[in-house]
This record gives sequence, C-alpha cells and structure tokens, in this order.
Amino acid sequence: MSLRRFTRTPEAVAGVVVLALLAIMALAAPFLFPGDPQSIAGPALVRPFQDWAFPLGTDRLGRDVLAELFHGARTSLAVGLAAAAASLAIGTIVGTLAGFAGGIVDEILMRITDAFQTVPGFLLALAFVSVVGPSLGVVVIAIALSAWTGPARVARAEVLSIRERDYVASARVAGMHPLAIAFREVMPNALPPVLALSSVMVAGAILTEAALSFLGLGDPNRVTWGGMIAEGRAVLRTAPFLSIAPGVMLVFTVLGVYLAGEGIVENSAVKRGLA
Amino acid sequence: MSAAELSPSRSPLLSVRGLTVAYRGSDASAIRDVSIDVLTGECLAVIGESGSGKSTLALAVAGLLPASARTTGHLEWPGLGRAALGGSDIGFIFQDPAASLDPVMSVGRQVAEVVRTHLGLGWREAYGEAAELLARVKLPERTFDAYPHQLSGGQKQRVAIAAAIAARPRLLIADEATSALDTIVQAEIVALIARLVAEDAMTLLFISHDIALAAQIADRIAVFRDGQLLELGTTAEVIGHPRHDYTRMLLSSHIGLDVAPMLAAPR
Amino acid sequence: MNRALRLLRRRLVGSVFVLLIVVVGTFFLLEAAPGDAVDAYIGSIGGDAGLAELLRQRWGLDQSTGTRLAAYLWALLHLDLGHSVAFSRPIRDILLERLPNTLLLMGSATALSFFLGSALGIVAGARPGSFRDRFLSIGSLALYAVPGFWLALVLVIVFAVDLRWFPIAGIETIASGKTGLARAADIIHHLVLPVTALGFIYLALYLRMMRAGMAEVWRQDFVLALRARGIPRRRIVLAHVARNALLPLVTMLGLQSAQMLGGSVVIESVFSVPGLGRLAQEAVTARDTPLLLGIILISAVLVVVINLLVDLAYAFLDPRVGASEAGA
Repeated sequence: MSLRRFTRTPEAVAGVVVLALLAIMALAAPFLFPGDPQSIAGPALVRPFQDWAFPLGTDRLGRDVLAELFHGARTSLAVGLAAAAASLAIGTIVGTLAGFAGGIVDEILMRITDAFQTVPGFLLALAFVSVVGPSLGVVVIAIALSAWTGPARVARAEVLSIRERDYVASARVAGMHPLAIAFREVMPNALPPVLALSSVMVAGAILTEAALSFLGLGDPNRVTWGGMIAEGRAVLRTAPFLSIAPGVMLVFTVLGVYLAGEGIVENSAVKRGLA
Repeated sequence: MSAAELSPSRSPLLSVRGLTVAYRGSDASAIRDVSIDVLTGECLAVIGESGSGKSTLALAVAGLLPASARTTGHLEWPGLGRAALGGSDIGFIFQDPAASLDPVMSVGRQVAEVVRTHLGLGWREAYGEAAELLARVKLPERTFDAYPHQLSGGQKQRVAIAAAIAARPRLLIADEATSALDTIVQAEIVALIARLVAEDAMTLLFISHDIALAAQIADRIAVFRDGQLLELGTTAEVIGHPRHDYTRMLLSSHIGLDVAPMLAAPR
Repeated sequence: MNRALRLLRRRLVGSVFVLLIVVVGTFFLLEAAPGDAVDAYIGSIGGDAGLAELLRQRWGLDQSTGTRLAAYLWALLHLDLGHSVAFSRPIRDILLERLPNTLLLMGSATALSFFLGSALGIVAGARPGSFRDRFLSIGSLALYAVPGFWLALVLVIVFAVDLRWFPIAGIETIASGKTGLARAADIIHHLVLPVTALGFIYLALYLRMMRAGMAEVWRQDFVLALRARGIPRRRIVLAHVARNALLPLVTMLGLQSAQMLGGSVVIESVFSVPGLGRLAQEAVTARDTPLLLGIILISAVLVVVINLLVDLAYAFLDPRVGASEAGA
C-alpha cells in the first residue's frame, strides 16, 4: 500500500495523524510520567491550566490528570488492539471451519454464532469480567467474546465462495489434510474482507473497554479513561472537566481509528478495482 | 402510413442540429455533429451496432444524459413550440425491463405515479387510469397489484410501456426495447408498440441494432456508425438501395435475409 | 399473510435452538463463578459449614453437572429463574418489574435513532457528494465515536446541572403522587436525556446506512427510468430511492436491539433509570451472578422476539421475501 495513495483523502490523513499522536502518547507515557500515575501527586482538585506542575490539574485524590491521560492511552490502545486481534482471530477460525466443513459442523457453529449475537455483547462481557474477575487479560477476552461473531460471518461467507475454486480442488486431489487445506489454502484468501472489519473492531473494543471501566470492571491496577470518567462523576457539578477530558480523548481515539480505517478500506477497494 | 406521406413538407416534431456529446474521462465523442429531423407522426428507426452512439442520441433527446456528459449543439422542438418535458412529452422505453421498474413498488402504482405526476389527478383517479393503461398493453387485471419480480420479462416490458405512454407523450422512444426478450415475445412487443403509436398518433423513435426488426416498423431508417449519422432514408430506400457499404454489411449479416418479405411484413 | 406466517414458523424453530444454546452457556458461566448460591446465601444470612452442606443437598448442588443442568432447564421451563440473594426476592419478579422501564427507554431510543437517523440519511443521500452529504457523514462518524456513557454525562452537565431543564436522574419524581397524564408527562420529562443519549449513538448508524444504501440505489437503472417518466426529484428521493434503501435498515433494527440492550446498561446507570441495564450493574456490584445471568436470559429472549417482529416487518416491506419458497 503506497502512502501517497493512502493519504489521498483528507479524512484518512487526519485519522492517521491522530492515531500517530496517540501512539506517541502511549509509548512516551512511562518516560514523561515515570512512576505510578495512580499515586497522589499533589493537592486535590487543582483546576486545569492553573499550576504548571499539573497542566491539566489534578483529580479528587490529587492525581495528575495529564499523566493519567497519557497512561490511559496505553490501556485503551493495548486493549483495543489486543481485543480486536482476538475477535478477528476467533471469528476467522470459526468462520473458516464452518464454511469449509459445511453440513452439521456448519449448522452447529452458526447456531452458536446466532446465540452469541442474541445475547447483548456488552452484557456478556460484563458477566464474564464479573465472574472471572477484572484484569487486563480478562477484559480483552471478554470483549473478544462479545465481538467475534461479525468476523465469523464474514469469514464464513468468503470461505463458501472460495472453497469451490480450482486450487482448493487440486489440494484435495493432492491428498492434503482437509484442515490443512482449510487453514493454509482457504483461510489466507478469505482474510481481506475480514481484515476490512479491523477498524470497526478496534473502535468497538476501545468503547467497550471504556464502558466496562466506567462501571468499575476495568483492571484496577491500570489507569483507564473510562475509569477516570467514572471517578470524575463524583465531582461532576464542581469539576466537570475531570469527566470531560478523558471522554474527549476517547472520542478522538475512536474517530481516528474510524477515519484511518475508512482510508484503508477505500484504498484497498481502489487496489482491487485496479487488479 | 406510406413513404409518400412522409414528404419533407411534413413538419418536424424535433430538430437535432449539430449535436455532439462527449463523456468526461473518454477522448472519443459518443456522437459527433449529428443533425436529424424527427417528423411528426413518423416512425424513425435509428440503427447501429453497440458503440455507434444511437443510445446516446436517445438519451440526449430525452434529456437523460449523465452529469459526466458534455453536450454541444441544439435540440429544437418545432412540433411543440417549447422544450420537451420528460414523461409528459417524451415516453421512454428501456432495454432491460427488469431494470426499469422499482422492485418494491407494485407495478400498478408505478404506472399510476406517472399519471398522477403529469395529469394532475389524485391517487384514486390515477389508479383507475393506470388500470386502463395496463389493459391497453394487454396485461390481465391481477397484474395491477403484482410486483416486478412476479412478472415475466415480456410482462415487465408491457408495464414499462404503459408507464411510458401514461401521460400521452407526443414522442415515444424505444431504446433497444425488445433486445432483452426472446424472439416470440419480441415480436409481440414490437406489434404492441406499433399499435399504440398508431392509436395515439405518437411519433416513434425506434433505436435498435437489428435492421430487420427496424424495417418491420419504421417509415425511415437512420444508420449510425462511430457516433455519426451515416445514412438516412425511407425504409425502402435504405433496405432496397443502401448507399453505404456499412449498411449493406448490416443487411447481409442477417443470414438468409430476404428484403422483400421484410418490407412486406405487416405493420 | 401466508408468506409471513411461513417465515415466522421457520424462524421460531431456529430461535428455540439458539435460546437453548444461550441457556446452556449461561449455566456454565454460572458454574465457573467462584462460590455457589449457598456461599452467597451464607455470606448474606450467616451460618456454618453444616448448614452449607445441608443446603447444598437440599438445593441439589452436590449432584453431577449433568443433573444440575437438567434441573436448571426444568426450572427455566417453569419460568423459575432462581432467587436473588442481593434483593432477597425471586429473580423473575425483579426482572418483570424492571422490564417495562427498559422497554420504554429502548423503544423510545430506537424510534429516535431510526427515524431521525434515516431522515438525516435521506438528506445526506439525496445528493451524494454535496456539502450537506459530507457534513452529515463526518458529523455522524464523530457521533459514532462518542461513548454512550460519556455523552450521557455531558448531557447531564449541560442540560441538568447547568441549564436545569431536565432532572438529573430517575424515571419519575419520587412520591410525587402524580397520576394519569401528569405522571406520563413526568416520566417523559425524566426520559428525555437518557433517550437522547442512547438514541444519538445509534442515530449515526442509521444515518450512515441510509446514506450508503441510497448511494447504491441511485446507481440502479430504474432511477433513470423514473427520471425518464418525469417523476419529480423529490418523489424519486423519498418514494423510491429512500424506500429501497430502507430495507437493510429494518434488518439492522433487529441486529441492533442486542447492542442497544447492552448500551442501556451504562445509560441506565448514569441516569439511575430502574431498568434491566441498571439492574445488571447492581447485580455486578452485589456479585449476584444468578441475577446477572437472569438478565442475560431475558435479554436474549427479548432480542429473539424483536428479531421475529423485525422479520415480519421486513416481509411486509419487501415483497420479494419468501417469494422463492412459495412452492415449498
């Protein structure tokens, strides 16, 4: 993918710039703000832009809001990327198996997919984290559990159209193991439309993580934007900034993911059109 | 209607003068410097292969060219004394009947919609009028509430014809109106168009790649090639004494073509 | 209507299987939870190991997994969802008490997002590529990026705290003694902010779908045929292009119902609306897993029912549905 073609639309450029800034924030957080961002750094409820030791002020407990925002970027991006990758992986595997095997296997897997789509994803994630206990890994798995069905359906549809092609038939004739055909020959070719879902998955995962943290189900040992918003709620009347700032970060992050994602999809559509 | 009646004294309904149409993003003009008169009450067939520009001419006349088209030249309507309005002055029948109807609206309503738009009637009266129109194109009553997917290709084309003539247009344009249909249905549709044109005293612009078909219905034939008007004459002249090799080639490409029966074919 | 009935019958059979899978899934999630109902009971009431042993025997918790699953299914078949320790009441009663509030919130939010979203989508899709189109597209994307609970808080800050136009929380004024229309007006007043917060998030989805769908319909040949018939542009946009583009939105309405139930958890929590979503949060806080799973089950049933209704509506709107199986 050439960068020039990718940056053709201004929206995509904006998305990439926002994501790059966020990535820098996330990577720089431990260097710019070493130490635990959850520890008390100064007086409580310093207003933003008052004290240059705390440019964005402090929260109810005297924690540095700017440091929290930087560290929150780490959590959001890490969870978003990991959960999206997990959803895509589960979805692709289930979809490939269902589409390639057909028959009863397909029927069972698709009914299970239906069942997962019938249960509100957020409730499922909530229940899972609540039962297993909140930690970063559990949150990632919970989000993946609630989001893998979309990729599974797309992968299955793609596999159904691929599995009758010549190279699959010749692999069969060559005596390749069906599972090897499914995952070595078919799955890689079914990936492009599944990967086109990436930006939606990442964005959705970031939003779900934020909502879980907001309800107090995030990893208690990490700063999360959702958790910060929940914290700020207690002083909503006097210090609304504490709830607004992390929310703005969330909006920018998710918007950046969407915009960059649309650029990628458009770009690959152009490429396919040319091919 | 014989060729003799079509003397030049007959007034033109439409005069096309120096019409050139080019599509953006393509160097070649779709049609180049075309001048032609469509006489009131005649049936003019425009013949050519695909890419000859005949459909572009039809779309230009009906004002349906896409936004990417660049047009120079003039379209005048001496027969109307004003610019023609799509739907009310011009009825247009497309090639693919399946693609000319809204898939989720009953066909009766689609015809009634045209009546309502141009004749200023309420829905109730428009429905009545539409039912009569469907009867005129020989569709059974029950088709009124049918949806396009429930009809055959020929039936859909009849609906499209009913919608095209609903507002009693002066000019009917049939753009390859039968080429998506099988031979028997094709003959029925051509006969239907001919009958309706005669009954309503419409002028017909019959666009086709099929010179034999055109000869059955046309008073005059215009032959297009590469966006230009190659030859224009009465059907008898063009079929009997083609001036251009290209026209001769079109004629001879009809295997076993016998000109005489073609001319004698009932209209 | 025969067509719709056939469709309904086929979907019902599928739905039963799907719900069975959900039930089995929730059972195992319940099993995975640390501690069982007895632990929770003793935790709240008090008692020694002997009592625990006795209760486990009485409640059949010492049986094999298969036996307990069968017992669980048997109980569900009698609409017995178990007992909530946190509320000391049958779970079924709590759910039925909370359900109407959630239905009211979801129904209103769905209506808002669907109608306003598709209307704005029509405005955007009427002229693809126009300024209005680009503005609405980017605006909707931004809206789509907003976390629902945060939008809710911002609405609270602006309209409840600063402007004081709407109440901060609750579904009606407590002990106001209002009845009839006055009570209805009170509830509407309370619901404006939550419905807006929940509805606006999904509004963007319908807007974008309608716009994209219309862009697709514009390219179809029948639109040219309509122009050739001289149908006014306004009518082409509304009665044909938007009408055709509406169909996928209706499908989305069903798919979206599960999402919206999830979204209502945070919205109901922010506004303290006593519905299923807030109940879920309460169940999490109180570590009442059976109650949480009860909420999941009733949500799944709700989603299935909504999807059946949507299928029927779709069959009504699209004459092509089920046509191919007419002979079957």
